[in-house]
Amino acid sequence: MSVRVGPSDFDVSSEMVQLTAGDTGIGGVAIFVGKVRDRVGEEPLLTMTLEHYPGMTETELERIEAEARDRFKLSASLIIHRVGELKPGDNIVLVIACAAHRGDAFAAAEFLMDYLKTRAPFWKKEVLANGVARWVEARESDEAAASAWQKAR
Amino acid sequence: MTAEVTRPVVLLRYLAWLREKTGIGEERLVLPVEITTVAELLSWQVSRGHPFDQAFQKSEAIRVALDRVHAKPGSPIGGAREIAFFPPVTGG
Repeated sequence: MSVRVGPSDFDVSSEMVQLTAGDTGIGGVAIFVGKVRDRVGEEPLLTMTLEHYPGMTETELERIEAEARDRFKLSASLIIHRVGELKPGDNIVLVIACAAHRGDAFAAAEFLMDYLKTRAPFWKKEVLANGVARWVEARESDEAAASAWQKAR
Repeated sequence: MTAEVTRPVVLLRYLAWLREKTGIGEERLVLPVEITTVAELLSWQVSRGHPFDQAFQKSEAIRVALDRVHAKPGSPIGGAREIAFFPPVTGG
C-alpha cells in the first residue's frame, strides 16, 4: 500500500510488476490511468497544470487508501498522482488495486478514484489554444459518485 | 494578573485561485479570539478588506482544512496551527 506525488511520469507495467511481486495470492489487478485530454469542449488544450497542497496531499491519499483497505479485501494498492505542467496525452494519475478476486479489485479502484477526485487536495489549471487560462471547476457528478459509496455502506 | 485569552500564531495557507486572488501563498498571524468556527473564520476573511473581501466573496465555494484535515463550516477551530483555504478539489 503506498502513495506517491510528484512531477515524474510513471510506467504502468513496471509499477504493476513491482506491486504484485511475491504475492501469488493475488488473483485480480484493476488498473486505472487518468490522462490529459486534448480539448475542452471544442477548444484545443495547450497545457494542464496540477497544483497540490504539500503536506496534506500525501496524508489525505493515505487516509483514502486506508478507507479502501477497510471496505474491500485488498492484497495491495498503489496511488501515483503527478503535479506540475502537463500536456495532452500525458498521464495524470495511476491507481492499482490488487485482490484475490476481481470484484474487490474493480470496486476498490473505482472507490479510490471517486474519493481521490473529491478529497485529495489537487487543483487543475488549463491553458487553452485561444489564450484562456482557467481553473477547472469541481463537477457535481464527482461529488455524487463519492457520496454513493457512503449510501452503499 | 489578567485573565486574558491568548491565541497562538497560526499559519494561514491559500491555494489555487485563492492564492492568486489574495496574492499571497501564506501568512502568519494571531486570529481574533471571537472566531471559534470555520464559518466565522470565512466571514472574518471577508471583513478584512482588500484583497480578502473579494477572494472570499463566494465563501460557499471555499473549503478549509484544519491541520491538514478537511473541515466543515461548523467545525471548531480549536488549537489548529495550520489553516488552509482552497477551492473544491479537481485532481484525478
